Amino acid sequence: MSDFSLNIREKGDVVVIETTGYLNNVGGEKVSEACCEKMDDGKKYFLLNLENSKVVNSIGVSILIEIIEKLQDVDGKLGYYNLAPIVEKTFNIMGLTKYSTVYSSEAEGLDGMA
Amino acid sequence: MSPKKTPKVELTLPIIPDMELAAIKTAEVVAKHMDLDEEKSAEIGMALIEATINAFEHSESDSGNVEIHFVIQGDTLVIKVTDKGRGFDQANVKVPKIEEKLGSDHKRGWGLQLIQELMDTVEFESSPEGTTVTMTKKK
Repeated sequence: MSDFSLNIREKGDVVVIETTGYLNNVGGEKVSEACCEKMDDGKKYFLLNLENSKVVNSIGVSILIEIIEKLQDVDGKLGYYNLAPIVEKTFNIMGLTKYSTVYSSEAEGLDGMA
Repeated sequence: MSPKKTPKVELTLPIIPDMELAAIKTAEVVAKHMDLDEEKSAEIGMALIEATINAFEHSESDSGNVEIHFVIQGDTLVIKVTDKGRGFDQANVKVPKIEEKLGSDHKRGWGLQLIQELMDTVEFESSPEGTTVTMTKKK
């Protein structure tokens, strides 16, 4: 089984989650659990750094749709940066970019979430 | 020794979680051999992940294996993903839309859509004896 890990930090009101590994069902659930825990603490702005997750599948990405849905309920936002081109294309095909934002860098993401 | 006109690579994958990653490693080697650019190689890899996990998840295969054949036909890569499961009717597969997924309990079901968007051609042959997805990418 592939390893998947998260590094979570906060920059002001924004929770930055850096993922490492294959974003499949297991990885997606880990991201979802991390977001839910932070949402329970009142956080509603999340920025995912996917630099080290260059391989994804639609099951993992579907779990990001669940996160978007939960954030819509609290007027929150989900963003991403450092996406591999194929990951961004997958997000476009699946429509995630209609409801969340791809940024070119962490700084742009933090500005966009402000 | 003269080169074969249609080189083939055959892969048998046991239905084990994450084994689809072995398929994309093979696809990368084949794509490199064909001198495909990085974008096309990545599209093939993503489509192959989806075809393989569909075969794993939906086939209920008795054989416990999924067969993947890569065939280089001139400047076209042909990939066949075959399972021996119960088959499916493509007409019953709804085109997914995120607007409908949001608010629904069923967020999944994107595999076929992704495969069709990422590859040049996609054909399905399915019967109660199994399914073969044939997809192509031109150089």
